[in-house]
Amino acid sequence: MEQNFLITINNLVKNFPIGGGEFTALNGINLTFNTGEFVGFVGPSGSGKTTLLNIIGSLDTPSEGSVNVLGREVGKLNTKKAAILRRQHLGFIFQTYNLLPVYSVYENVEFPLLLLKMNASERKKAVMDALVWVGLTDKIKSRPAQLSGGECQRVAVARAMVKKPKIVLADEPTANLDAANSHNILKMMLKLNEELKTTFIFATHDDKVIKYLKRKISLEDGKVIQDEIIKTNKEK
Amino acid sequence: MLAIKLAYRNLIGAGLRTWLNVFVLSFTYILIIWQYGVIDGWNYQAKFDMQAWEFGNGQYWQRNYDPYDYFSFEESHAAIPELLQKATSEGIVTPILISQGTIYPDGRLQSMILRGISPNQKVIAIPSAELNTKSEEIPVVIGRRMANSCKLKQGDITTIRWRDANGTFDAKEVKVVKIFNCDVPSVDAGQMYISLEKLQEMMQTPGEATMFVVGENSAMKDSISGWKYKSIDFLMKDMTELIKMKKVGGSIFYFILLLLAMLAIFDTQVLSIFRRQKEIGTYIAMGMTRKQVVGLFTVEGAMHAILAVIVGAVYGVPFLLWQMKIGMTMPAGSDDMGIPIAKTIFPVYGAGLVISTILLVLIITTIVSYMPAHKISKMNPTDAIKGKIQ
Ligand SMILES: Nc1ncnc2c1ncn2[C@@H]1O[C@H](COP(=O)(O)OP(=O)(O)OP(=O)(O)O)[C@@H](O)[C@H]1O
Ligand SMILES: [Mg+2]
Repeated sequence: MEQNFLITINNLVKNFPIGGGEFTALNGINLTFNTGEFVGFVGPSGSGKTTLLNIIGSLDTPSEGSVNVLGREVGKLNTKKAAILRRQHLGFIFQTYNLLPVYSVYENVEFPLLLLKMNASERKKAVMDALVWVGLTDKIKSRPAQLSGGECQRVAVARAMVKKPKIVLADEPTANLDAANSHNILKMMLKLNEELKTTFIFATHDDKVIKYLKRKISLEDGKVIQDEIIKTNKEK
Repeated sequence: MLAIKLAYRNLIGAGLRTWLNVFVLSFTYILIIWQYGVIDGWNYQAKFDMQAWEFGNGQYWQRNYDPYDYFSFEESHAAIPELLQKATSEGIVTPILISQGTIYPDGRLQSMILRGISPNQKVIAIPSAELNTKSEEIPVVIGRRMANSCKLKQGDITTIRWRDANGTFDAKEVKVVKIFNCDVPSVDAGQMYISLEKLQEMMQTPGEATMFVVGENSAMKDSISGWKYKSIDFLMKDMTELIKMKKVGGSIFYFILLLLAMLAIFDTQVLSIFRRQKEIGTYIAMGMTRKQVVGLFTVEGAMHAILAVIVGAVYGVPFLLWQMKIGMTMPAGSDDMGIPIAKTIFPVYGAGLVISTILLVLIITTIVSYMPAHKISKMNPTDAIKGKIQ
């Protein structure tokens, strides 16, 4: 196994049971990722983008093949070990933000650090730093219901970034945002990617996102049909 | 502990629903404690009264005496043995002679029990000193219940009839010199107190007694031939059983209340697990183990019980203390039920009662919270994140 890669995917197949038979959502995926990539899975609806992202995020397991994330074989982790992997090294950003509704902005961002049992003073500093990155220091006491969609997604980014994870997985992060907010969020993520060397992996069919990617992996019917490195970052 | 901190945030964040559940639970606490407190208070007072008026610290019964069999009275008197004679003169015990008699209120025949008691005794609270009253008729003392049922007032003169040891009937006029108030029906209803010596003379059983009451300050319980010692536990057995039954009866009522509270919590838990799937998925995505999430939801549920202790204390402690001070007035007529009930019962709340109530509610709440939360561990996180499980 090539341990020098951050993520290695070999002959990944994912089948879902449907009705009597099985549906193959991913079929023979081979990919590797390095530290600091800003990469996206693109493709039509149903092509398997979310499924692939979930498996990399150890929320789901491969049916066949192997997926190695940070030296751990995702298919072989028990639920507890998978939880620890996510807790320590993975950040998630969802299309629907998935903020904790009864928590304030501050508490939402603080949450991953509570799981890591970070002490109070370090925690406070890290939360404030993350809120500075996303420009939400004036809203720390607000509840998610009091925020706009763009602000919610910024909180979600801060929450994913606060523990400085190795990898951030973002599934359609801009699907519920208008153009201005989408650009805002992406610029912010790109900046964090460059400053902190965090690897970002997106699943998207949004052109606004695609424009920012440094590498574009096209999926169709559960297969990789194109994997291209994009040299120039247009109109940042 | 992380779960406690998070659970607290979630509960407070949930607002009204939490406080509704907490209020119902706190009400349950207060009601259980109050009700048991009243029963315990009643028990305490009843025991106190029964000891003061009837049982003292135990009794000696003549071998044949059976308080439930009136016909046993004819054979159940005997000469006072030396040991008891001595104890009597020291004021440690007091003899009582018991016999059946009849009285004729409004010309009806009504049977009663004649109790011969020494006018000088201080062992039980019957105001026997009044039997020293000088009068042409035989002075007798009765209780309020007896006075009511026979329509007798203080100073009234009436005829009583009895049968002496030889089986001969005789009748005499008696004068009610005192009517006493007492919460123990068994020393009052159907009982007439008369001077011991006078009754011995009427019965033609000089120097004899049916039983002895041991004074509350004495621990005398030596065995005496021909006499049976009856301990206070034995004498109180009926009362103790009754209290137990009352408690069971009471528990049915609060069991229902507890059930309602638990239903509310169970419902909240089931509902929140459905409504909060997305949140659960998010917890898992952020790296909480399933066990941690189940723990969090269980603690959240159980915490209702803890918040209820605090809320309950706010309004419950003043209420309980106020009840303890003013007591609970029993409804009129409750003293006719044949069991000792004071007019006003002052609840007694032991630490054991309070702690066991809190623990009981806490444990049940935890179990009820765990049951639905347990389902979380079977949830598929990728579905949960989208909130799409139906
Ligand atoms: N739990 C599941 N059970 C059965 N089929 C599933 C399950 N999850 C995904 N699929 C199927 O797998 C295929 C890929 O789904 P996936 O969600 O990865 O697509 P996607 O590329 O993310 O699409 P979209 O752009 O609409 O989000 C779809 O055809 C979907 O119906
Ligand atoms: Mg998708």
